[in-house]
Amino acid sequence: MTAAGTDSAVLEPTTPVAYRVAGKRKEMGDTWTLELEPVGDQRLPGFLPGQFSMLYAFGSGEVPISVSAIAGGSGELTHTVRAVGAATGAICDARPGDQLGVRGPFGSVWPLDAAEGGDVVVVAGGIGLAPLRPAIEQLIAERDRYRAVTVLCGARSPDEMLYPSELQDWREAGIAVETTVDSATGDWEGRVGLVTKLIPLAPFQGERATAFVCGPEIMMRFVAAELRGRGIPPGRIHVSLERNMQCAVGHCGHCQLAHLFVCRDGPVFALDRVEPLLGVREL
Amino acid sequence: MRTIDQLLSEAPAFSGMSSDQLELIAGCGLNRVFEDGEYVMREGEPADVFYVLRSGRVALEVYMPGRGALTIETLDHGELLGWSWLVPPYRVAFDAKAIGTVHAIAFDGACLRGKSDQDTELGYELMKRIVPVLVERLQATRVQLLDVYGGPGPV
Amino acid sequence: MRVLERKSLSPLLEALRRRGYEVIGPTVRDGAISYEPLSSADQLPVGVTDEQEGGTYRLAERDDGAVFGFNNGANSWKNHLFPPELSLWKGRRDEDGEIRFTEQEHRGGPYAFVGVRSCDLAAISIQDRVFIGDAYVNGDYESRRRDAFIVAVNCAEAGNTCFCASMDTGPRAGDGFDLALTELLDGGHRFLVEVGSERGEEVLAEVGSSPAEPRDVAAADAVSEDCASQMGRELETDGIKELLYRNVEHPRWDEVSERCLSCGNCTLVCPTCFCHSIDDATDLAGTESERVRRWDSCFGLEHSYVHGGSVRQSGKARYRQWMTHKLATWIDQFGSSGCVGCGRCITWCPVAIDITEEAAVIRATDRIEAVGINADD
Repeated sequence: MTAAGTDSAVLEPTTPVAYRVAGKRKEMGDTWTLELEPVGDQRLPGFLPGQFSMLYAFGSGEVPISVSAIAGGSGELTHTVRAVGAATGAICDARPGDQLGVRGPFGSVWPLDAAEGGDVVVVAGGIGLAPLRPAIEQLIAERDRYRAVTVLCGARSPDEMLYPSELQDWREAGIAVETTVDSATGDWEGRVGLVTKLIPLAPFQGERATAFVCGPEIMMRFVAAELRGRGIPPGRIHVSLERNMQCAVGHCGHCQLAHLFVCRDGPVFALDRVEPLLGVREL
Repeated sequence: MRTIDQLLSEAPAFSGMSSDQLELIAGCGLNRVFEDGEYVMREGEPADVFYVLRSGRVALEVYMPGRGALTIETLDHGELLGWSWLVPPYRVAFDAKAIGTVHAIAFDGACLRGKSDQDTELGYELMKRIVPVLVERLQATRVQLLDVYGGPGPV
Repeated sequence: MRVLERKSLSPLLEALRRRGYEVIGPTVRDGAISYEPLSSADQLPVGVTDEQEGGTYRLAERDDGAVFGFNNGANSWKNHLFPPELSLWKGRRDEDGEIRFTEQEHRGGPYAFVGVRSCDLAAISIQDRVFIGDAYVNGDYESRRRDAFIVAVNCAEAGNTCFCASMDTGPRAGDGFDLALTELLDGGHRFLVEVGSERGEEVLAEVGSSPAEPRDVAAADAVSEDCASQMGRELETDGIKELLYRNVEHPRWDEVSERCLSCGNCTLVCPTCFCHSIDDATDLAGTESERVRRWDSCFGLEHSYVHGGSVRQSGKARYRQWMTHKLATWIDQFGSSGCVGCGRCITWCPVAIDITEEAAVIRATDRIEAVGINADD
């Protein structure tokens, strides 16, 4: 007998492809941006904003990391990684020339096309700005397709604000960028307070706006409530979720959130699909 | 030139109040300007005044020996600064420093306390407008306390 | 339909071997029925039966010489199609820091599975959906599954923990087999054979069989009907997805978690559970690495680990995850229940937690007004 399978089925990518660290930049204390390029002829298919790869540091383990910039299709990959464990620590320790294993691209995308013609509000918390950066760059590159575009960023402190120079570039490229931090010392003259406080000030009209939100789950819940309060329907508020991902193709079962496989059905979800699930403890 | 009650009605916390009540509150208010770096309030001083910010930014600071001044919140256009005048012992809890030039309407809290005691309807209306601000800030503070961006550290 | 004599069983296995199949079938091992490679029909568990209850499994003798006179053991065909441990690749980092990955050859098969019960046949098709029925195809599973020859055996007796009739997966195999046998003991030990494929037909021709008489067909029908009426357990499936979704905060989850040991036995014996971990091992020098796929269980604390901690910390949350997945979210994920009613999880639970009882209690105390989880698709 023959087994079922769809026509477009592809083989589950279980083996990483070797990539070389071509460039490395320290973003803040424990967070680095790595530029990767294929070592040999083999290269991964192109990534889209919102998608992630499985990054493997030899001997230390493999972790899901969202793509934080989209190259021009020549196989290069950019990831911003925070060292929080053995694998992410080893990835951050990689020096230019070192090799990493990469699998991907995996997962869903920020629905930029669906946002066309309306306002776009991007809300990022901490390192959550990294998965949103490719979307922001695409919004800027195709600025004419959208009305008001606003980026709202929250961070723990001014020193821990990701991509500070890009924030300035984005402002100059014609989008509104507002930032706030949980607390500040020294000469910070920006806002101090929760990122939700930026939402009432942002220049968008709820009924024609689309929101992309990424950050800690608690922050996203509060942000989502505020965005709904400003009239964005939950079907147009998109969040990126984090769960235990190992196979990255919906086979290993670790990332389940009720009926969803976060790796395959997500990581980017419309809020109306996940909001009731996020409200259930330990689901 | 706009009167203080007109300016006041533009502050979200006071929007929709009756003109009689606005007039009463405005009677206790006067325009103030603070230069960059100037302290609008200092921790521990008598809390007789509160402000509605018209422009500029005010940083709420707490001074920690060895770490210097830590900004725990900033307030901007339309926001309410100061609520210690509402509750005994009427002492300011944090330093409030102007970042850039700040235009604000200053209200005599002590005067308003007196008016509210006589006119409880006004007092209740005032409370209904100030309590949501307090609740919103309390909730935001609780989330900030979680230090969600900080994460649990290396695992 | 054909009839195969009892003595033709050995030639049947021989014919399968001649065609290049590795024959896997039931045999007695470690005091239980186990599906193992068979080199001879003598290894089949002739005259053996099993006694099953919640938390209980014992083999016993039977005096009628039945070859398939038992229900199921702890393991299932997934042990062969989705092995408990599988090397995926080996990696090497040389002195220059160059890393190379060598994909492991997909080994195993082609298999002939002899003695596949109807519930397990359903379980195989459920795992097909998981591993090869979606956008991504698991290459190893596909290679093991692709050419597998299946000789189904219809159960003659239902075990005390069986409820395939409730799950509409048995006791009689409907399709998905090459040959299906019904063992007939009265009036001569023989098997009624249903042919499900051309190659089944070919194999049968090599073995030799006779046309089935109406009395053979009637006897086999009676066997299946008897079996269906003996089910030891029952599970009401009507609206079960919605039932469990809206009872996500039901107090029963707390009660069952007081008994559950989180040992994961139920997930190991379940013929559809597919969770697996991707583990890396590296030598001390840091030059050789191997990635191994291993069965994992949602009862493990690490299963839901994200940096900082596990999502499902409590035993309650983990039991709820397992049972809700099996009976409810599976339907949204793969279009069918993840439970086939084989009863293994009941038999092999050390504290005899019974999925049919848990579902029944929740149904009896359904909190219709409760706000539960709401799956949109």
